[in-house]
Amino acid sequence: MKIHIKNGRVIDPMSERDEVADIFIAAGKIVAIGQGPADFHANRTIDASGLIVCPGLVDLSVRLREPGFEYKATLESEMLAAAAGGITSLACPPDTDPPLDEPGLVEMLKFRAKNLPGPRVYPIGAMTQKLEGQMLTEMAELTEAGCRAFTQADAPLTDTLVLLRAMEYAATFGFSLWLRPQDVSLSRGGVAHDGAVATRLGLQGIPALAETVALSTILQLARETGARIHLARLSTRDGIAMVRAAKAQGLAVTCDVACTHVHLSENDLISFDSHLHLVPPLRSLRDRDAIREALRDGSIDALCSDHTPVDEDVKQVPFGESAPGASGVELLLPLTLKWAREMGVPLMRALDLISWKPSQILGVPGGNLSVGGYADLCIFDESAEWVVTSKTLTSQGDNTPFLDHPMQGRVRYTVIDGHIDFEAPR
Amino acid sequence: MNRQLTQDGRLRHLLTLDGLPRAIITQILDTAESFMDVGEREVKKVPLLRGKSIFNLFFEPSTRTRTTFEIAAKRLSADVVNLNIATSSQTKGEAILDTVDNLSAMHADMFIVRHSQSGAAHFIAQHVAPHISVVNAGDGRHAHPTQGLLDMFTIRRFKGEFHNLTVAIVGDVLHSRVARSQIHALTTLGVPEVRVIGPKTLLPTGVEQMGVKVFHDMEAGLRGCDVVIMLRLQNERMKGARLPSAQEYFKFFGLTPEKLALAKPDAIVMHPGPMNRGVEIASEVADGPQSVILPQVTYGIAVRMAVMAMLAGTGNA
Repeated sequence: MKIHIKNGRVIDPMSERDEVADIFIAAGKIVAIGQGPADFHANRTIDASGLIVCPGLVDLSVRLREPGFEYKATLESEMLAAAAGGITSLACPPDTDPPLDEPGLVEMLKFRAKNLPGPRVYPIGAMTQKLEGQMLTEMAELTEAGCRAFTQADAPLTDTLVLLRAMEYAATFGFSLWLRPQDVSLSRGGVAHDGAVATRLGLQGIPALAETVALSTILQLARETGARIHLARLSTRDGIAMVRAAKAQGLAVTCDVACTHVHLSENDLISFDSHLHLVPPLRSLRDRDAIREALRDGSIDALCSDHTPVDEDVKQVPFGESAPGASGVELLLPLTLKWAREMGVPLMRALDLISWKPSQILGVPGGNLSVGGYADLCIFDESAEWVVTSKTLTSQGDNTPFLDHPMQGRVRYTVIDGHIDFEAPR
Repeated sequence: MNRQLTQDGRLRHLLTLDGLPRAIITQILDTAESFMDVGEREVKKVPLLRGKSIFNLFFEPSTRTRTTFEIAAKRLSADVVNLNIATSSQTKGEAILDTVDNLSAMHADMFIVRHSQSGAAHFIAQHVAPHISVVNAGDGRHAHPTQGLLDMFTIRRFKGEFHNLTVAIVGDVLHSRVARSQIHALTTLGVPEVRVIGPKTLLPTGVEQMGVKVFHDMEAGLRGCDVVIMLRLQNERMKGARLPSAQEYFKFFGLTPEKLALAKPDAIVMHPGPMNRGVEIASEVADGPQSVILPQVTYGIAVRMAVMAMLAGTGNA
């Protein structure tokens, strides 16, 4: 398949290219940007006039729900949804059933994903067996099977000694650990940020301390062991300040936040809408504003969707009984653009947070537009307006707090490995 | 938050006192006043809700609240069905919405709902048919609006006005839906000083943002109060990480005649019941001349009658 993408505004954060140019694709690779090869005969020409052509998005947390939770969503539905969101590479956490703690399970997932249209799937392996927080997994074997990093996802890790050993072991091989800082005891039973709103609504709180106490432990162990740490889903101003300080001291850590937390806060909970039941909880406006600022100043390295499709039945219950999580692969781009517009951040910087930067954290090719590189691209209309509904979403999970909200910015084409895996209906 | 009001500002559901306009609260209290004599008549009934079906939907066990709602509904001539779901379909795993749908199909007019989860009444109100009203009879730690209203009714009866009062709420505010409803009602009705008194382990984060003054020293907190409201301390919370023992709690936060003497001489003592004598309140106080705990129970029926009558659109008659 040869594709000629004409007249698009090409934005590539890695090379800082921002110009109207043509892109030529053949055999899964970008063969030219600008002037095409003389003998190039496209099978398909895309007129990208007025559209933005950028690297395919790289999402650091997408739950594909396989194996084990196919009733919530299937690999097929969620990979299509991700493609519809402009995502061409994704990392999936191991909190499946069974968890991704054995090479066979990882190989099976990779095999299933490879045979379906949609993004490149990079599994994140379980850090401990069955995610129980006690025995380490075979990280080296799992890496050979295709795991890019190891994590507990949202499963509790109560034993600090196990965390220390996991870091030492991972550091032995240079593997990366992705950790979501949340102290198990301080967050027990909580469903919302411990603050004035949870107090008013009578919801059990998770204090900001749950994040900072856990972060303090992780950062100290990371300094001691030299393990490569990525901090997932930061949510508090104080937590961000700790990471900023650790980076300034030369500790090689990276971090991300979920795109929901860039826009929402505890104040939105006032309706008791269970779609706002998220992990970590939506925190105060002060925390949200700190996230927005830290994304601008580079203290936060990446934005992800933290896509968690759930069955509507588990949301149609009172807030505290509902399953946490939001569907998000199709909102990652528009929510990032919204933040950039509101903060006056250039498009180049905004796209960096969802393409080049996360590809570096994940340690995979892609996330950029270069001749000879993967033909993974996202072509979108920056000004297209649409409304989030179960009809406009491809994901099987309609569970998003943004249901019925207007969005600006919509993906028109997603090219993955030189194939058009998504094309918006005209 | 205005799910409980109709577009023209009348009561549609009663879910919380948070944000409920002062005029509506006052209207409920006035209506309750008009029902006060019904209980003293030989035939304790008025025909306002004849032919209406009221379902007591209790997802959490309760005897007192359920009984007062039942009496109130019967005095309004409604048909009352009691469902203790805590012991039936919930244990069979039936989803809350299925229960609600089933009862709606039985032509219910009103649901009185109690549930252990905060927001449960909002959730049900969001899903019922348009002709059904929902009354929150207690949801988790969130709200217990009829209790809050009957407490206001009690204060008004004994103190007359709200604008010159100092009111203290003492004890486990953290877990108390009653305290939250009281705070909203008191601040809405213009009480200039609402205090909460308790150990740090039993006061929720940011409670001062609800418009109250926080005290950890009970003696300082009670000084000059017109109304002292004691909260129930649940048995399971008397020993553990929040409190070392019931004895120590009583020593520092229990209401004794000595501590009560620090409040104004004509201060009244309230308690939503059931009381733990010797834990949050001494018997001498509970049974003493300043206690209005039993009148609270009596007024509860009139207040619940008022709420149901207003929801059925007959409260202004």
